[in-house]
Amino acid sequence: MMRSASSNLIVRVTARFVAPVIQIFALYVLFHGHYSPGGGFQGGVMIAASIILLRLALGNRETRPLISTAVATRGAALGALIFLAVGALAFRYGGEFLDYGMIPFSDDESMRRSHGILLIEVGVALACACALTAVYDDLGEAPGRGEERSGD
Amino acid sequence: MIDFFAEHYSHVCIVVLIGVGFFGMVGKRNLVKKLIGMSVLQSAIILFWLVAAFKEDATIPIVKDGVSPIVPEEYVNPLPHALMLTAIVVAVVTSGVAIALLVKIYRNYGTLEEDQILEQL
Amino acid sequence: MIRMPRRIRIPLALLGILCCCTALLFAIAAEPDYGDPHAPAHREVSPGGHVTPGIYYTRNALAEAHTPNMVTVTLADYRSFDTFGETTVVFCGCVCVMLLLRRRRPERSDDS
Repeated sequence: MMRSASSNLIVRVTARFVAPVIQIFALYVLFHGHYSPGGGFQGGVMIAASIILLRLALGNRETRPLISTAVATRGAALGALIFLAVGALAFRYGGEFLDYGMIPFSDDESMRRSHGILLIEVGVALACACALTAVYDDLGEAPGRGEERSGD
Repeated sequence: MIDFFAEHYSHVCIVVLIGVGFFGMVGKRNLVKKLIGMSVLQSAIILFWLVAAFKEDATIPIVKDGVSPIVPEEYVNPLPHALMLTAIVVAVVTSGVAIALLVKIYRNYGTLEEDQILEQL
Repeated sequence: MIRMPRRIRIPLALLGILCCCTALLFAIAAEPDYGDPHAPAHREVSPGGHVTPGIYYTRNALAEAHTPNMVTVTLADYRSFDTFGETTVVFCGCVCVMLLLRRRRPERSDDS
């Protein structure tokens, strides 16, 4: 049972206008996590909020082809793997797990750690956004009451 | 007594929130209301940690521009804030899994009232 | 407890919670004042003689990671392993919801 689009024109037009603004602001919050309150989790949750807004206002039939549940599930795994990859990359250059000071991004050690933090936040944001989108998709497909009484 | 409330008013508000959260979890029969009580309790505990991190006349834990030796008395303790970010995310994920369990219970038993579910078990 | 009628269950729950809240109020009388700068949470040196983590992160975040935001540096550099565990928790929550709520497609048998 697919959720149908909202029947109100104002809701549909406003959602289509506001969702890209939310995503740009989410990217701003993610990348300015070094200089202002923010970071990976906050940006990821805002991206998920924009996708859920589109699903609520425009209906599942129009928005599922854009970001399907399969893509969201794999995106969550990919985000966790990016975190793991940056941490494991430090092994290659002689450091411990998650020791970004040893990965040769630039000459200055503090700049290397800053770039490591940024990569990790990108991975975390991807994992959070895709996980929340996948959870919303799974919760939205419930059948009626008492339909699975076989004790599934 | 007045000094107690003047110095500890934030802690008293947190105790009130803990009481509300626990009452929701214990005294209500609907499963969704129990879940809402759990969420209120989680928010109260996160607030308690942030209250413990606060210093008077201190600002947010972001280094001010152009101040060369960093004076720790001017900044709020950043460690509880970082730990509570993790706690907030874990609370959200716990609520998500709990709602999924509620959906599954509704599919199986047709109701979300505790006594009716216990009759059918 | 659940099968008690409503007019017994709710006052009993309220009584229990009032007892717990009274105990909590006695406990918070021992807490330092709200915003006290001399609280044990804001000490410079721990009783063992080492610098406390909050003060260390405050002093060295900008110098060691070129980042003014101390909370991000704490979360993603000094305590990055906890953040790694948290990302795993987020992914496991997604997998749990998937396991609970997705239904198997009916198996098709092909005769060939």
